[in-house]
Amino acid sequence: MKSHQAIDITARDLNAEIKQSTYLASKAKTEKRKAILEQDYQDPDKLREIAGLIKQHTLENLDRYLAQAEANLIANGSQVHFAVDGDAANQKVLQIMQENGAKSMVKSKSMVTEEIEMLPYLEKNGMEIVETDLGEFIVQIDDDQPSHIVTPIIHKNRRQIAESFEREGLGEYNDDPETITRRARAYLRQKYFDADVGLTGANFVSAESGRIAIVTNEGNARFSIAANKIHIAVVGIEKLIPSDRDFSLFLNLIGRSATAQQLTVYNQFINGPRSENQPHGPEKMHVIFLDNRRTEVLASECNEILRCIRCGACLNVCPVFRQAGGHAYRSVYPGPVGAVLSPLLAGNRYPELADLPKASSLCGACNEVCPVNIPIPELLLRLRDRAKKEKIKKATKGTPALGLWATLCSQPTMWKTALTMGHTMNYIPTEIIPHPAARAWQHARKLPKFQGGEFRKWFKNRNKS
Amino acid sequence: MSLLHTPPNRPSGKSVQLMTTCLCDTFYADVAQATVEILEYLGCDIELPDGQTCCGQPAFNGGDWKSSRKVVRHAVKTFKGDKPVVVPSGSCAAMIFHGALLAFEKEDDLPEVKALGERTWELVDFIVNGLGVTEWPGKFDASVSFHSSCHLRGSNSKAAVHQLMGTIDGLTTKQFDEEEQCCGFGGTFAVSFPNVSREMGNLKVENLIKPNPDIVASADMGCMMHFGGMMDKQGMTIKRMHIAQILRDSLKNGGLI
Repeated sequence: MKSHQAIDITARDLNAEIKQSTYLASKAKTEKRKAILEQDYQDPDKLREIAGLIKQHTLENLDRYLAQAEANLIANGSQVHFAVDGDAANQKVLQIMQENGAKSMVKSKSMVTEEIEMLPYLEKNGMEIVETDLGEFIVQIDDDQPSHIVTPIIHKNRRQIAESFEREGLGEYNDDPETITRRARAYLRQKYFDADVGLTGANFVSAESGRIAIVTNEGNARFSIAANKIHIAVVGIEKLIPSDRDFSLFLNLIGRSATAQQLTVYNQFINGPRSENQPHGPEKMHVIFLDNRRTEVLASECNEILRCIRCGACLNVCPVFRQAGGHAYRSVYPGPVGAVLSPLLAGNRYPELADLPKASSLCGACNEVCPVNIPIPELLLRLRDRAKKEKIKKATKGTPALGLWATLCSQPTMWKTALTMGHTMNYIPTEIIPHPAARAWQHARKLPKFQGGEFRKWFKNRNKS
Repeated sequence: MSLLHTPPNRPSGKSVQLMTTCLCDTFYADVAQATVEILEYLGCDIELPDGQTCCGQPAFNGGDWKSSRKVVRHAVKTFKGDKPVVVPSGSCAAMIFHGALLAFEKEDDLPEVKALGERTWELVDFIVNGLGVTEWPGKFDASVSFHSSCHLRGSNSKAAVHQLMGTIDGLTTKQFDEEEQCCGFGGTFAVSFPNVSREMGNLKVENLIKPNPDIVASADMGCMMHFGGMMDKQGMTIKRMHIAQILRDSLKNGGLI
């Protein structure tokens, strides 16, 4: 069916195999998430609500918590930097590497470094970077883009991965998942030892202690940090939580929401660089807090989106994501969260992404699974209203104009006339109505029989008798 | 605000205003009729404000809040007074008590809009939580796949529907896969994203009919117009009913009306 909306077109044309694997994986993850939450907690919704309140509270007092986190990080021996945008963060990372004579970096999975396109920037400046998360490693060797926040290669199958490994000289073709994993492990192991710098993101930062929590299932963040002299953490300013006590709630929620695990396999709490009496660990630790328009989002009427802890549950449950896949969103953050966040972070690229908030039936499933209870449908609606007011074609095309309809609906006499006139619909073949919305409706559905005014008539006559 | 939490402390009582919904006014007369019949069976006195049209939801969801406000303002004007307003549609009810509040956030007449929301009930929510009816009499010998429309998410209505259906003599409720999944209607979404919408609808229909129910039902005619229209297009003859029609027919079968 002809369509005007990019995400609808992508979904229509998406390779059937990718569509099916995205759908099945997403459905399974959604079901497992629900099962583990219901198994472990009497009222999991309460936890989501509390976590949402804590995050919102932190955001509303971000100035205070950020200063507190900075002071504690410094007291713990870290160096703290603030980057206003991606360029500033990338330059800071490069500068740290250059000042320390570093040439190579191992990095663990971090959405924020994807957001600021750090990897190509550092490579362009002569640095060797290796992604150590298996999925991200495959994205890197294929020069591809992640299609999911947590499972970046949900769009690939094992045959494709085996071909990539063969091409990269990592062994003969073998699509056995264990073999693929062992080969990646052997390759990466040496890279950890050879690298000069380890870079991570952060899942949560406690303002109270300056302690950083990082979760992985592969242990690669731990390895990236432990085997290196320098640890750099790039952290979005929205990652703060007030106190260490809050780790328990958020770590319990992120594991279950993201991957249906009671706890992610590796949970690290980093206090700072190694102290004098610790035998190993980085000698220096740099924390770069990134704004990159987050303060603009904070000041906007969509600030709840900054609560997001990047678990991907809203992607997995979203019927549009399941059909269109992550690349359809044309940005680092796909799915419902991306449909809100990506246009907001886009700056002057906003009009290019203003169609994303339209890619939803507003079913509310994303809100229902969100561990921090973000009212995503409301935020999508606000952005739709904004796009309409700003007359952004990319967002509005395909949606029927409703101005005349609104006039009809606010004039009862006209409305009642329409109820009578509408009966002609029953005598014409409605398939030939030359209106794009009517055509779009009827390519897959029939219109019901018109019964305008019949109920009113029945109600009136019944009262008479 | 977050999920569609039903407003607390709404007025109840047996003197009500009926919001027919534009879909029942134009396409589904019998659903509105069934709503009247069951409310009257419960002893309600029904006022049908003549000037009523639509709740404003199509434009609200479509992103045209300005047009939506025009329609909501008309609804506020039409449904005057302080009687409970009863709507045989979860999504229209949610538009009034939830959506409209967003669209009017910066408007001077927000209090009037809010006041309407604070006395608006989805039909089954009203029957169970407004009137305190917990069992439904009569008889209805059929198995039903009930589609929980998205606007029942987080509201009282979903539990209310199952509460009543569970007590009807002869009625069995079918379990099916992905019960929570949206049918793909979404108002203007159905025409602006025709391909995704169709696939969502196909999946919904497939899941609904898999357990071989006698009837497919919902509390929202929007969903039924969409996936029912798909079933018609595909030549499926399985019977579709609104929950109000099931409740009414149960009374009729039991000789109660």
